[in-house]
Parts: sequence; C-alpha cells; structure tokens
Amino acid sequence: MTDLLFLTISLVTVMASIIALESKELVYGAVALSISFLGVAAIFVLLDALLLAVFQALVYVGSIAVLIVFVVMLVRKDKWSSIQYGNERFLGILTSFVIVVVGLYVIYGSKISNSVITSIAAPSFYEIGFQMFNEYWLGLILTGFILAVAVIGALTMAKYEHE
Amino acid sequence: MKMEPLSSYLILSLLLLSVGIYGLISKRNAIRLLFSIEIIINAAIINLVAFSRYHNPSIVTGQTAAIFAIALAAAEAAVGLAIIVQAFRLNKDIDVMELKKLRG
Repeated sequence: MTDLLFLTISLVTVMASIIALESKELVYGAVALSISFLGVAAIFVLLDALLLAVFQALVYVGSIAVLIVFVVMLVRKDKWSSIQYGNERFLGILTSFVIVVVGLYVIYGSKISNSVITSIAAPSFYEIGFQMFNEYWLGLILTGFILAVAVIGALTMAKYEHE
Repeated sequence: MKMEPLSSYLILSLLLLSVGIYGLISKRNAIRLLFSIEIIINAAIINLVAFSRYHNPSIVTGQTAAIFAIALAAAEAAVGLAIIVQAFRLNKDIDVMELKKLRG
C-alpha cells in the first residue's frame, strides 16, 4: 500500500522531531529540527505541492532554523544537560499516547481516509497566486502587517537598553 | 505512481502532533517549547496539503492556507525567540518554571 519512499521520509521526519526534543545538546536538537523541516518539505513534494516545498525549505530551514541556532548560541547553559525529568515526562508520554489512540480511531472510523489520488494533474503555481491575490487579498495584506509588526516588536524587545 | 491512501498522511501528521504535545507537556526549556510548537504547526500544514490534494486537486485553497500558515509561523518564531532572549537577559535562565515575574 504505502510505498518505501513515503515510509522512509515519514520515519526520518518523526525520528528527527523526537531527537530535536530529546537530544542532550540543544544545538544538535536545532539541527535535527531542521532535518525534520526538510522531511516535511519532501512530504510536500510527494503531495505535488512543489511551491509549498520550496517555501517550506526557504522559510523554515533557511530562516527559522538559522534563527533558532543563533538564539541557542546566545542562551546556552550547562544546566540543561544534567536536568532530570520525572513525572512530567510520564505525563507527556501518556497524553501523546492517548492522542495517538483517539486519532487512529477517528482516522480509521471515517470514510474519506481510504480515498486515493484519482487525478494525475497537480495544481499549478498560477492558480495559487491567482487565488491568493484575488480571493484572499485581505488575508495577504493582514499577513504582511502581522509580519511587519512581529519584526518591529521583536527588534524593540531585543534592543539593548542602557540604564 | 503514488498509491498511499489519505490515511497514511493523516497518521504521519498525527504522530508529529503527538510528539509536539509530548514536548509541550514534558519540557521546561523555552527553546524546546518553541521546537514543539513548530512541529505541531508542521503537522497541521501537512494535514491541509493532504486534504487539498486528495479531495479536489483543482481547488488550491489548502495550499494557499498552508502558505499563510508558514508565514505566520515565521512571525511567531521571531517574536518567541525575542521573548526568550529578553527572558534570558532578565533572569539569566530560560526555564519556564522559573519565569514567575508576571505572577500576580
């Protein structure tokens, strides 16, 4: 049913995100997180969403992962390599297990989850751009505003203030 | 030719979501919490693109929404990292259990 390529990519993605959360050194976690982002980009390629794959690689791997690595360098502490997690880890594993069980029940209980790709044609870039600038122009403008406000706010917060 | 049913993509998204929720609950390092949020956003975007591809490929609303989601995730990461840097500067620590300055 599922072919080997999809299985490999999804295994790499999930394992990389687990390593990102569980690695002792935070820098390795950041690298594993960018590998996980690349895996998601490969999943987009499998889903015929090439523009999104490029967008994902550019935005996540190119900017967010690099930004995270810089911040990890700024806020390093030795405390995190020796900290012990007890009850919190058990609670987290329990909650995520419950979520997986409920989600599998919902996925296999619904009718649409067995559907396969019927048409060969993938949507073109033109349609995405057309829809973005015609139907969702307000969302595009608001996204631009939010990005501008976020960058200005981040700069204001991170600015060093002399006494 | 691709043969996977929609459920395989949904299961991948579900696994990523559960990993992210686990990180949100069990971690105390603020940067790891940010990692978890990014993983959860990725799971949601996979869902959007998979439903858009399997339901009706000529309607690209799912991909448009995914592009908006990626852009907003970038804004969220910028603000979150600025907050983390500021918290480290104020408290010399990014343990979220130790950040109690805003407690009333």
